[in-house]
Amino acid sequence: MLVRPETREPPVYAVGGIPLAQWRLILLGLGLVVACVVPFALKNFYIFQITLAIIYAIAILGLNLLTGFNGQFSLGHSAFYAIGAYTAAIMMENLGINYVWTLPAAAVVCFVFGFLFGLPALRLEGIYLALATFALAIAIPQALKSTVVEHWTGGVQGIVIIKPDAPFGLPLNSDQWLYVLTVVVAIVMYVCAANLVQSRTGRALIAIRDHPVAASAMGINVSLYKSLTFGVSALYTGVAGALGAIAIAFVAPDSFTFVLAVALFVGLVVGGVASIPGTLVGGLFVLFVPNIAESVSKGLAGAVYGVILLLVIYLMPSGAAGLARLVTAKLMQRR
Amino acid sequence: MRFWKHLLIAGVALAFASPAAAQKKYDTGASETEIRVGNIMPYSGPASAYGTIGKTLGAYFNKVNAEGGINGRKITFITYDDGYAPPKTVEQARRLVENDDVLLILNSLGTAHNTAIQKYMNSKKVPQLFVATGATKFGDPKNFPWTMGWQPNYQSEGRIYAQHVLKNYPNGKIGVLFQNDDYGKDYLKGLKDGLGDKAKTMIVAELPYEATDPTVDSQIVSLKASGADVFYNVTTPKFAAQAIKKAAEIGWKPVHLLNSVSASVGAVIRPAGIENAQGILTALYGKDPTDPQWKDDPGTKEWFAFMDKYYPEGDKTSSFPVYGYSVARTLVQVLQQCGDNLTRENVMRQAASLKDFETGMALPGIKINTSATDFYPIEQMQMGKFEGETFKPFGPILNGEIGSM
Repeated sequence: MLVRPETREPPVYAVGGIPLAQWRLILLGLGLVVACVVPFALKNFYIFQITLAIIYAIAILGLNLLTGFNGQFSLGHSAFYAIGAYTAAIMMENLGINYVWTLPAAAVVCFVFGFLFGLPALRLEGIYLALATFALAIAIPQALKSTVVEHWTGGVQGIVIIKPDAPFGLPLNSDQWLYVLTVVVAIVMYVCAANLVQSRTGRALIAIRDHPVAASAMGINVSLYKSLTFGVSALYTGVAGALGAIAIAFVAPDSFTFVLAVALFVGLVVGGVASIPGTLVGGLFVLFVPNIAESVSKGLAGAVYGVILLLVIYLMPSGAAGLARLVTAKLMQRR
Repeated sequence: MRFWKHLLIAGVALAFASPAAAQKKYDTGASETEIRVGNIMPYSGPASAYGTIGKTLGAYFNKVNAEGGINGRKITFITYDDGYAPPKTVEQARRLVENDDVLLILNSLGTAHNTAIQKYMNSKKVPQLFVATGATKFGDPKNFPWTMGWQPNYQSEGRIYAQHVLKNYPNGKIGVLFQNDDYGKDYLKGLKDGLGDKAKTMIVAELPYEATDPTVDSQIVSLKASGADVFYNVTTPKFAAQAIKKAAEIGWKPVHLLNSVSASVGAVIRPAGIENAQGILTALYGKDPTDPQWKDDPGTKEWFAFMDKYYPEGDKTSSFPVYGYSVARTLVQVLQQCGDNLTRENVMRQAASLKDFETGMALPGIKINTSATDFYPIEQMQMGKFEGETFKPFGPILNGEIGSM
């Protein structure tokens, strides 16, 4: 007979009699069902909008890996988004390469670029790093217009891309197909991010954020991890940029100004710093809230947007993810 | 019995009614009672000053509706903000076409922004009418039959300067300063085409600058050194002001041709110094409402009456409300020509058959003409000279039509 040592049951956190872990699975399943229904239930225009929102969410996820989990500030992620977008556009229109290959290419290019930018950025902390990345966001649109690269980037006029159709004769129009492609890429990237954050590496990243000196004392190579995180973060944002270029079917320097960097940063804060599902809320916010603000008042759209943002920050100081945590905690207390 | 009688009456009524009904044709966005017109403007962001144009368009359509609409149909004007970001332009264009079911998109603003939606609009076969940019590529009926410009395009304007130079300074030595992009090259091509064979001998220097350059001072010094006595200044406002100031500083006094992009008193002439700008030439096509010579002009009076009643908060010294007013009137003319056949195809056909249309705020003699092969509505301009505080039109109306000469 096997004698088990006496163990105390770990406390089971549950809401409505269902453990939290199962809730998570249920919500995930529901999300997948919704994601599958969207392309067949909505107008093409809404499918297009949701595709864009998911693309922004991927970009925000990249920023979150850097800022949320590793504690490095960036106001320059529009630059990586632009590099990803231009990589895709140049490959498709100038080199005639299939759009599918532009995604891994954008990933590699942006990883290398982000890693290299991360090396000198190691010397900078907090707001100084924010300033350095800000400079990058300002520089990239101008650099894209310069005569040296104009032959490739199309200068101010940008590059028009041909929107891809669904392959293998699938009965989908190009909006539906791009939605499917984006969702598949997003799932892969979210799963990778979740695994990364929960792994040894992820714990190292968080340790560096919380206490770099202690992390270093525990044998974590702080500078290597920081630069690598910069690379991975740029990779995520770059892939989002490539998807964005394909979905919009056009790139131009004016598409990737500092305003985009700020939008991604806003999405990060609204979704919740260091929350992976929160980035989806961030993506939806970035795309839809300016439209809502505009429908309230055309002349004061900027002011309305500001008020909405203030309300959001006031009502959910730690973002959508914080609000979700708060609600779950309240529900558990009630039991 | 009564039933049969009623049926007979109904049948007769139907028989008479149906041919009339058959003549009326509608596409999405048009009906018995309304015409839906879309528009995209940068109400926010770096170019928000242009938002005035969108507000003027809306105000003018309010006037049209208040006066009974077009053939009894009211215009529903839907305008969205793109913040001057091309991806947002694409989103807003799709919203207008797929969600708001507009008949056409009018006067969307920006070269890159219109490029971003051009392919989409043409594949959807929705008119992208009277785009607010002077880029020459938006008049290409062969490849983009659903896209049409409005204002004089950069190449036409370049041709007009060439005509003026050939007539008045046939032995001139031309020095060119241009922005090194499509806009600058468009202007340069227009000048060269207009000069024809003489371009090679007359142009003594062609100096580019980058939009990212801090100044154009060194180019001005080189142009003076080249011996040029005609200065063709193809620059955006900031650089135009620098060029005017630097030329005055080093005592270079050529015949100065300033492109209309920078013919702005507030943005260019004042920063450069009013005294430095006396005698500068440019090409004009609209009336300046602040110019006292139009005080009793009926077209200008009508514009002031419109501004007072429908857009009282608008700036009466700015050129943007004049621009928006003129574009709106052009569209109204097109829709009137359409009659009861409000299909997208007929809208394009009528837009491409404007004959000697006058907007009321264009300089006297400047008329809008289009055809199935000519998608450039305004191609005439008049030279203007800066005297005192304004550009004063002088000389004949010049034709810069591409393909002319």
